[in-house]
Amino acid sequence: MRSTTAAIDVAGLVKTFGSHRALDGIDLCVPAGGVVAVLGPNGAGKTTLVRVLSTLLRADEGQVRVLGVDVARDPTTVRSLIAVTGQHASVDEALTGRENLTVFARLLGLSRSATRVRAAELLEEFSLTDAAHRPVRTYSGGMRRRLDIAASLIARPPLVFLDEPTTGLDPRTRQEMWETVRALTAHGTTVLLTTQYLEEADQLASRICVVDRGRIVADDTPDGLKRSLGGLTLELAVRRRTDGPRMCSLLADVADGDVITAPDGRRLTAPVRDLSLLHTVQVRAGAAGVELDEIGIRRPTLDEVFFHLTGPSGTERAVSA
Amino acid sequence: MSGTSTAASAPSGVRPARPVAVGSYAGRRRAASRSPLVVLAQSLTLARRGLLLIRHDPQRLFDVLLLPVVATVMFAGVFGGAVAGSVTAYLPELVPGVMVQIAVTASVVTGVQLRDDMDRGVFDRLRTLPISRVAPLAGSLLADVVRYVIASLMTVAVGLALGYRPGDGRGLALGCLLVVMCAFAISWIFAYLGVVMRSAQAVQGASMLVLMPLSFMSNALVPTASMPGWMERVAEVNPLSHMITAVRELSAGEPAGSAVAWSLAGAAAVLLVAAPMTVRAYVKEAR
Repeated sequence: MRSTTAAIDVAGLVKTFGSHRALDGIDLCVPAGGVVAVLGPNGAGKTTLVRVLSTLLRADEGQVRVLGVDVARDPTTVRSLIAVTGQHASVDEALTGRENLTVFARLLGLSRSATRVRAAELLEEFSLTDAAHRPVRTYSGGMRRRLDIAASLIARPPLVFLDEPTTGLDPRTRQEMWETVRALTAHGTTVLLTTQYLEEADQLASRICVVDRGRIVADDTPDGLKRSLGGLTLELAVRRRTDGPRMCSLLADVADGDVITAPDGRRLTAPVRDLSLLHTVQVRAGAAGVELDEIGIRRPTLDEVFFHLTGPSGTERAVSA
Repeated sequence: MSGTSTAASAPSGVRPARPVAVGSYAGRRRAASRSPLVVLAQSLTLARRGLLLIRHDPQRLFDVLLLPVVATVMFAGVFGGAVAGSVTAYLPELVPGVMVQIAVTASVVTGVQLRDDMDRGVFDRLRTLPISRVAPLAGSLLADVVRYVIASLMTVAVGLALGYRPGDGRGLALGCLLVVMCAFAISWIFAYLGVVMRSAQAVQGASMLVLMPLSFMSNALVPTASMPGWMERVAEVNPLSHMITAVRELSAGEPAGSAVAWSLAGAAAVLLVAAPMTVRAYVKEAR
């Protein structure tokens, strides 16, 4: 039975804080193995979801099973199967890297000698051996996250939660972190990570769940998600506001989806398939006597993902943000 | 479960789902055990963490190192002549009084530091480990026993330097032990405040409100007979007064009497009530 058990199996999960429905009916089934990304903006409910899955919060409604174990009924067994790396480093700043690993290893029931071996292994694996004797407060942001993940892997848990593992890291450190996450799955560990970055989800996950206002609004492979977005976005600004509607209908002829007009009436975006449309649109605008201030094609942003997934109210929010 | 989720297919390069062997995580299974020995081992591991925190951040010991010096010297000079005629004559009364006051004050700091500690990420990790819920609290509080030991020894050392000559050294050592045990028990009260209150400052404020009257409406510094009638009665039932009397009797070489019994019984009662309350509040906070 165990071998076919889903890593995460959630049905109808609701969690409210006062009148705010942080999780508003989540259904999610994640098979074991690989990386699943939970993608969403701040306040979408990502961290709340991780906290419910990792026994830190209790669900108000719904069924939550982790590796076949009911989180509400048997949190202790769930805790013996998971590890969590939170948004804020969950290691002691004052202690050295090795001391941190030693404390957690001893807590997990490793013998003194097994602790020594495992700590050395993990320090080596995460390139922290040279810094092992230094207090964590002297570590860089990337080293801290690595130690945090190392501490999560002491008992080789089959399921690891990474809550925004790269938020606040510089681009190079983020790349290193991605390597770390990829290496995790090589051992057969299932990873659920939350992120605000589409690119990160794209890089790491075989599956992306987009969360918005406590609901899963899309659940697909990265390719599937991008296909639904048209892949590329054409963005332009007309000089005269009065040209907006005309430009909008021009764009609609070539666009691969809805054309969005920003509240200022000058800025238009549309999903497109093909880079050559940049030229086509310029020519057509010129022929129609519409003057352009800017024009360009770029990859879709998270804002556009949300527009497509959540409807016009999503774009209002994104524009005002 | 839901239609959309099962539709997700793994692109090439992602390994297929592996069987999950629950039973192979032997260490974690052991950690999930609730046998008293396992709980004790976990508490001691976390006490060791507390000691490491102190070792890396010796500032945590400032209060127990310096307060005994300041308080003993100051009170000896201020009250010595007035209460006992001379500093030397006052010290056998004062040293036990200051020792108890400072140990209990140090137990307040335990609660404040616990709140501070819980606001950092480590307690979140501890909550997701399959360990006993008591261990993180017990560990923090056990580590701080070191602070009470230092507070007691420092008070005695300063007293000796001022000319304090206890009647019975062994008795004084037992007195110190009694103070340390009682301070540990009392620290659970402040740990409770630490768990239920939102900020370290709030814990500090509330604890001082409890501590000030408890500390000074006692026989620590002056004979209770000099107080107004109602306060004298309060001072006489004050548990700190019993502790102070117990240390005075023991250090004078008198046999352990009712004050020692009251102190131990009080400590046990406080522990039996405050510890489960604190643990319950701690578990509930996670909801």
